[in-house]
Amino acid sequence: MSATEIPYTVEARPDTGLNNVKIGIWLFLASEVMLFGALFASYIMLRVGAAEWPHGSHYLSVPWATLNTVVLISSSVSMVMAWASLIRKDFGKYRLYMGLTILAAFGFLGIKFIEYSSKFAHGYLPETNTFLAIYFTLTGLHGLHVIGGMLYNLYLWGPGAKMWKTNPQQFINRVEVSGLFWHFVDLVWIFLFPILYLL
Amino acid sequence: MSHEQDIDKHVRTYIKVFGALLVLTVVTVAVSYLHLSTGAAIALALVVATVKGSLVACYFMHLLDERKLILSVLLLTVLFFFFVLIGPWATELNPIVL
Repeated sequence: MSATEIPYTVEARPDTGLNNVKIGIWLFLASEVMLFGALFASYIMLRVGAAEWPHGSHYLSVPWATLNTVVLISSSVSMVMAWASLIRKDFGKYRLYMGLTILAAFGFLGIKFIEYSSKFAHGYLPETNTFLAIYFTLTGLHGLHVIGGMLYNLYLWGPGAKMWKTNPQQFINRVEVSGLFWHFVDLVWIFLFPILYLL
Repeated sequence: MSHEQDIDKHVRTYIKVFGALLVLTVVTVAVSYLHLSTGAAIALALVVATVKGSLVACYFMHLLDERKLILSVLLLTVLFFFFVLIGPWATELNPIVL
């Protein structure tokens, strides 16, 4: 190990019994839970304090959001299948499943773009009312997470995949950690969908 | 870390969880057409979302066979999450009348 190498990227730390990558992503996800938690709390406060609160479907498209839910759940499955393919040492399948995950992310963002465009066309903006303000804040922040996860997956699908030849275990760890982030993004959407669109 | 021989079992589980998540998505949407009272609709939607979220966390994020250290970090996070969620609202429940 050279002096500049980051320690415990593959082997477990003796005191935690885990590699630092795993600990790191879970601590990051814990902070993400608090970030979204604060916004969910804001939603509750705004809704409880409002004299009137519109049903989500009054402004939003339930069919598009249902389709997006299916797209994101499918991408979670393909993400975990990409990781499983690496465990099976099948790099070709990894590329396929990771590619599908990235395509699904594009699909999700495409549908979100259609939805946002339609809102803007109707003059429904964050400034229109409190419901739309919290809708754009929550889905906008979630959308940024989708973009972030997609970009890192693109890296792991493309140039980052070279590591499979030089350090396969570290590469598997990277895919696993990216997967954990991706599943978290899916998990947040699972709650956003009913809260914003169906209630 | 899962071994190669375990992975087939894992993959079969992923497919089953995928099916369950799709069914529960249909349930989520179907329930919204039942015209339940707002309270009942919110409770039911949150229960279904929690079941879906737990499936993702337990199976896709492998929390079922994760180390205790990570589970304890998450337990603490869940605790603070509910505090953040309920705390601001709870302050309004018992106003001090002067």
